[in-house]
Amino acid sequence: METHDFGHIIQAIATIWQREVLRYVRDKPRIVSTLIQPLVFLAILGTGLGGTLGGNQIGVGFIQFMYPGILGISIMGVAFFSTISTVWDREFGFLREILVAPLPRTAIAFGKTLGAATISVGQALILLVIAPLIGVHLTVSIVLSLLLLMVLLSFAVSGIGLFIASLLDTLESYGPIMQVLIFPMFFLSGTFFLLSKAPRWMADLALISPLTYAVDAFRRVVLGPELAGAAAQKVLLFPLGVDALALLGFAVVTVSAAVVAFTRQS
Amino acid sequence: MAAAIEVQGLVKRFDGLEAVGGIDCVVEHGEIFGFLGPNGAGKSTTINILSTLLDPTEGTVLVNGFDVRTQRNQVRKSIGLVFQDPSLDDRLTAEENLLFHAKLYSVPKEQYRPRIEEVLRLVDLWDRRKDLVRTFSGGMKRRLEIARGLIHYPAVLVLDEPTIGLDPQTRVYLWDYIMRLKRERNMTIFMTTHYMEEAEYCDRIAIIDHGKIVALGTPRDLKRQVGQNTIRIRTHEQAGLKEELERRYDRPIAENDGALELKVDDAEESLPRLFDDVDSHRVDSVTLEQPTLEDVFLALTGRAIREDEASGKDKMRQRLKARGYH
Repeated sequence: METHDFGHIIQAIATIWQREVLRYVRDKPRIVSTLIQPLVFLAILGTGLGGTLGGNQIGVGFIQFMYPGILGISIMGVAFFSTISTVWDREFGFLREILVAPLPRTAIAFGKTLGAATISVGQALILLVIAPLIGVHLTVSIVLSLLLLMVLLSFAVSGIGLFIASLLDTLESYGPIMQVLIFPMFFLSGTFFLLSKAPRWMADLALISPLTYAVDAFRRVVLGPELAGAAAQKVLLFPLGVDALALLGFAVVTVSAAVVAFTRQS
Repeated sequence: MAAAIEVQGLVKRFDGLEAVGGIDCVVEHGEIFGFLGPNGAGKSTTINILSTLLDPTEGTVLVNGFDVRTQRNQVRKSIGLVFQDPSLDDRLTAEENLLFHAKLYSVPKEQYRPRIEEVLRLVDLWDRRKDLVRTFSGGMKRRLEIARGLIHYPAVLVLDEPTIGLDPQTRVYLWDYIMRLKRERNMTIFMTTHYMEEAEYCDRIAIIDHGKIVALGTPRDLKRQVGQNTIRIRTHEQAGLKEELERRYDRPIAENDGALELKVDDAEESLPRLFDDVDSHRVDSVTLEQPTLEDVFLALTGRAIREDEASGKDKMRQRLKARGYH
């Protein structure tokens, strides 16, 4: 293959990124619904489960316990939807316009992933606004560490979405994938219950999902100061460095797989 | 200067199935060159090869002198492509769709605005530039796609079934724009179609069937190949005129359904001469019957082009879909 001008590649990535963001910003119903979904989880599941289980053994209120997980779920949902939407582009023809442009496909794949990551992290940052309302105290340094972890998760999930989209031909497969892949990842992430108390098989299964590490890391960063020693041992799974490295690993692997799969599609 | 498109011995097989079976043709700069054939004849496969979406199995294809195999990006920059199916982002405005394209094709930054205005005015969509594409009609979308295909100043505009799915009125309207491109900008256009009326607009057409070119020439030459024109003359003094025409043209004149039938090679040239030769007061009416491209296709392939329209298309689609190309 021929070489490409580096400046042009950067511009192409930026152009594809910009389209993703522009489409998102225009889609008001989508913004509203993706903001409301995590709030519904918090309000209904947080209150309901918290009342049933009692929050005393985790050291913080159940809603506070769930909150970092909800941030992770929100990123996962938005990032996955954004890259899987490549299937829509294919269905409605726009993908061809991109595929015949004089650019390496790698640039297209990166632009898409970057766009999805931006949107999902942006959405999660909006959710930080409710933190004070539910008794979670954020500081600048907490937000900055959180941001870094969020970016890692968003890339890992965008990679999964684009990888799957590159293998799919039609929209019909979208529903089943949500059911068998995304919902289990949501539920296994440790957002709604303690993975340390879950059966071994379940805890092990949870470890093959990037969301699990993200929720664990978010929780340590957000609730760290409030979790006392014994409670922290029950609630948290890994040291922060392990979580971050795992997320980085997932991001590298899934984005690479997505780029390869996207490049090979016809 | 290299020809706009040069195809030599092009063969494309999908797992042994031959979609294109050895095509040779040269498209010169400034002409409208059409591939006419039924759906499934290999037209879209050829376009996909021209636009580097598919690799040829055998043969060479040069676009603007660049090889589709080894100089993909040069080839891609050399063509403006309008697909058979719409390929606009309908959640963006007309202007945003064009800007997106200009950026991906590395149009110089200071040229974005002037070129967007230029091409939008060309297709009369400048007033609608701020509107979301989803509010556009089918004809407007197709015009916008043509405008988009022009924004990087390609050497060839490639139109795949440019008016498919449009109503007859919009179709004629769209052709006004396409002819304007040729007239005002001397644009080279390569197109495919299965509409006979549309092929008439081409300077030259290649009739393609089962992946092979069965005839190539101007619409006029092709029609001349299959048969003569018939000039049908009604007159109130049939016997006298018949005799006179037979003498002048030195050939037997048939009488059919109360009219005299004069066979000529070229009606455009023969008609004026006929009126010079014959006192027009003796003639009541003249009708002209010329072979159509439909007749040409029928003569060359033994069947009408529309006969297998649906089945051919479906077959090809299914064939390609099963292999993941579409």
